[in-house]
Amino acid sequence: MKFLIVVQGGPYTSQASLSAWHFARAVLTRGHEIYRVFFYHDGVYNANGLLSPPQDEVNLHEAWRLLAVENDLELVICVASALRRGILDQTEASRYEKPLGNVEAPFIISGLGQLIDGTINADRTMTFGS
Amino acid sequence: MKKLLFVQSHPPHGSLFGQEGLDAILAGSAFIECGVLFLGDGIYQLLKDQQTTALASKNFSVSYQALHDYGVESLFCSAADLLARNLTVADLIVTPTLLDATELAAVLRDYDGILDF
Repeated sequence: MKFLIVVQGGPYTSQASLSAWHFARAVLTRGHEIYRVFFYHDGVYNANGLLSPPQDEVNLHEAWRLLAVENDLELVICVASALRRGILDQTEASRYEKPLGNVEAPFIISGLGQLIDGTINADRTMTFGS
Repeated sequence: MKKLLFVQSHPPHGSLFGQEGLDAILAGSAFIECGVLFLGDGIYQLLKDQQTTALASKNFSVSYQALHDYGVESLFCSAADLLARNLTVADLIVTPTLLDATELAAVLRDYDGILDF
């Protein structure tokens, strides 16, 4: 079965992103497919590569990054949600004349079309809100 | 062809769930048949005459009146949730179809995908 996972909660502010991450791992462990992970609303904060929690705590950005690299997952963040929350890759940072970007691969900045496409093409859509 | 139901359950201000949910509805309407269900405090997104200037918050709700132009014709609202807030459809900027619990379940079953905000 193909899953679209929608994450709408930020790291450390709600259970949403941690639960979504656990769910994503369970989906893959059980042999299912993840069509895409789409980060919307405060979920885009998961893409912030500057997250620097204490070493004995989970780093959700790093957790998503590793899961994506190891399983070839598509991690898409919504551009409109991201820009208003200061989540920018280097290209967007240059475009908006900001001193730095904080988003790198495997996170990709794209649009809401990816959310709709995912909902249409996945067998199940799982939303983790806050 | 699939059709999608968008569920709005947060009040309009205090978070961006409503506004970003509406953005998703508008995006969805470009690709596929869409419906919108207002539940709980999400009904407040449809209140007429919101004065948001003092809040420094955008009155995005006026865009619900334009949904018709985007081909989004199916708007639903829980009748019990409306009554619980002492509201009637006369208080709303659009006219959703009021649903009882049985009808609500039928609407949820009728759509192929559901996106919650």
